[in-house]
Amino acid sequence: MSENLVEIKNLTFNREERCIYNGISLSIPKGKVTAIMGPSGIGKTTLLRLMGGQLKPQSGEILFAGHNIPELSRNALYEVRKRMSMLFQSGALFTDMSVYENVAFPIREHSKLPENIIEKMVMMKLEVVGLRGAMHLKPSELSGGMARRAALARAIALDPELIMYDEPFAGQDPISMGVIVRLIRDLNDALGLTSVVVSHDVPEVMSIADYIYIVAEQKIIGQGTPDEIVKQDSELVQQFIKGEHDGPVPFHFPAKDYQAELLGGKS
Amino acid sequence: MLDKIQWLGRTAINVIAGLGRAAFVLGSAISHIPNVRKGLPLFIQQVYSVGVLSLIIIMVSGTFIGMVLALQGYTVLVDYGAEGSLGPMVALSLLRELGPVVTALLFAGRAGSALTAEIGLMKATEQLSSLEMMAVDPLRRVIAPRFWAGFFSMPILAAIFSMLGIIGAHLVGVEWLGVDQGTFWSVMQSDVDMLDIIKGGIKSLVFAFVVTWIAVYKGYNCIPTSEGISRATTSSVVQASLLVLGLDFILTALMFT
Amino acid sequence: MLSKKIEFMVGIFVALGIAAFLGLALKVADSGLQGSGDTYQLYAKFDNIGGLKVRSAVKVGGVVVGRISNIHLDKSHYTPIITLDIFVEYDNFSETSSLSILTAGLLGEQYVGLDPGFMDEELGIEILQPGDFIEDTKPAIVLEELIGQFLFSQSED
Repeated sequence: MSENLVEIKNLTFNREERCIYNGISLSIPKGKVTAIMGPSGIGKTTLLRLMGGQLKPQSGEILFAGHNIPELSRNALYEVRKRMSMLFQSGALFTDMSVYENVAFPIREHSKLPENIIEKMVMMKLEVVGLRGAMHLKPSELSGGMARRAALARAIALDPELIMYDEPFAGQDPISMGVIVRLIRDLNDALGLTSVVVSHDVPEVMSIADYIYIVAEQKIIGQGTPDEIVKQDSELVQQFIKGEHDGPVPFHFPAKDYQAELLGGKS
Repeated sequence: MLDKIQWLGRTAINVIAGLGRAAFVLGSAISHIPNVRKGLPLFIQQVYSVGVLSLIIIMVSGTFIGMVLALQGYTVLVDYGAEGSLGPMVALSLLRELGPVVTALLFAGRAGSALTAEIGLMKATEQLSSLEMMAVDPLRRVIAPRFWAGFFSMPILAAIFSMLGIIGAHLVGVEWLGVDQGTFWSVMQSDVDMLDIIKGGIKSLVFAFVVTWIAVYKGYNCIPTSEGISRATTSSVVQASLLVLGLDFILTALMFT
Repeated sequence: MLSKKIEFMVGIFVALGIAAFLGLALKVADSGLQGSGDTYQLYAKFDNIGGLKVRSAVKVGGVVVGRISNIHLDKSHYTPIITLDIFVEYDNFSETSSLSILTAGLLGEQYVGLDPGFMDEELGIEILQPGDFIEDTKPAIVLEELIGQFLFSQSED
């Protein structure tokens, strides 16, 4: 396999008392679409935030192109962040600006390009996501799927090396889901990006990912290409990709004994 | 007993940690040299939403408070035949106290709460995170212009408030109740000192600092849920108002005695 | 990026602020321009200055011509000496001018009334120069003394 853009080694992260990750290691190869899957609430988004340096782990290394993210100074971190971008679940468009201004924003912030060049760049990015016609609309006038595409145009405005997708398929109708699946794959191949997709939508991820990590119970429980994942014999992995309601990940949140609590709860 | 001591310790630690965070937010927001090309439009935009949009409430309140002061003052002063002192009474109350204090309270309610809610909502919708990931420091991009705009706008609002209050008092005192126009202004002029205006201005600057600081900090530090934002907004207004009143007492004791 | 409307409104806002501040400084406090005008100093000795304060007005026929800038006690004679800052445009008071401490209304502030004297060069009466003392002064009326005198004169009758 080719070289890795991001390598995570022995990462441990606790949020307050709760352990989120316990010594996980994974690597994200350059130019590929890597998916991180797992049940809701196990901190997949947290992993992206750790990679972006918004959270600091208790121990372990996160290497991005050779820089150890948790150890970087504030200024160095901001320099490294110019090379990555993140597509948030909500899109996180600036509500006080039009779509055009949103996409132009990172270019304006990080360059001193003249307005006519910025305009051309914004047009190109919006054309890629198919929203050139909507450039004068405000984010509040867009549908959820369009907002996510606009945010995607903004995320690629500065041609980053790494793009992180936080639940890109959540809450989308089948058509916009299909659009986004295609966009992630096409952008990755056309622009030579490295993509990380965090999601729990199994079929979509299976269709685009080159490599998949499945995270549960604070560690990685399975990894491999989509074909390898399907063949894995771990019960947990099978339960997750087949969507069974009960199995190693129980249906019930850990609780006291049901009968005992019903009978003796109030007394 | 042990529980109570523990509670006390925890509270103290939380308060100190909160102060530290607030100081950090303010420090990082204003410690850098502003970029004129990018910063000035942001600042002007915020002066508009913080200052210009507060103008109406400040102008109306200032005028009415001046009118009420004149009406109340006149009924008391006229018993002593001292209605000539109506001018300085109104002017000094407005310049020294009511102008800075009422402006700060109205500002906390009108602009401070809006600042908190806006920043809180930006946090809840991941706009602040998204700025960070775009390698743009939200403290500089979002917090700093709002803070400076508040700091800049409030003394202006306070001056407008006081001036309109005096004009309101003139309307009631001179036009309606018949205090002599010449007496009204000349006694005011001989009794009001430039120092009164400067001290009122200092008060207003201190209040501006405190109110906008609390507003932006509460927004930046809120729990990013709808309940968290509503609590942050409420506590922003309540804490800012209480601090303004407390500081007003301290400043008055320091400057006017 | 900013709309014209916002820039215009902010412009109006700042202009209003400056107008309000100037209004307060000039119309309400009436200092600033006039207060910083050039002055020259005159001195006067009083038996009693009553409630006179630094910055009290010096008036001629009700017009402010200057202010008190300093009040101190002459230690050899134990009499108060006041320094009057008189605006330079009023520079021709004669030596025979007199000062009295008056009260604006029954409860008002005290101020110094300057009564310009006559001028006669043949008699050698000249114009007051900066630094001169005004000799003719009338002390402040102290209400208690006035009442005391009144009662005293009543009892003599």
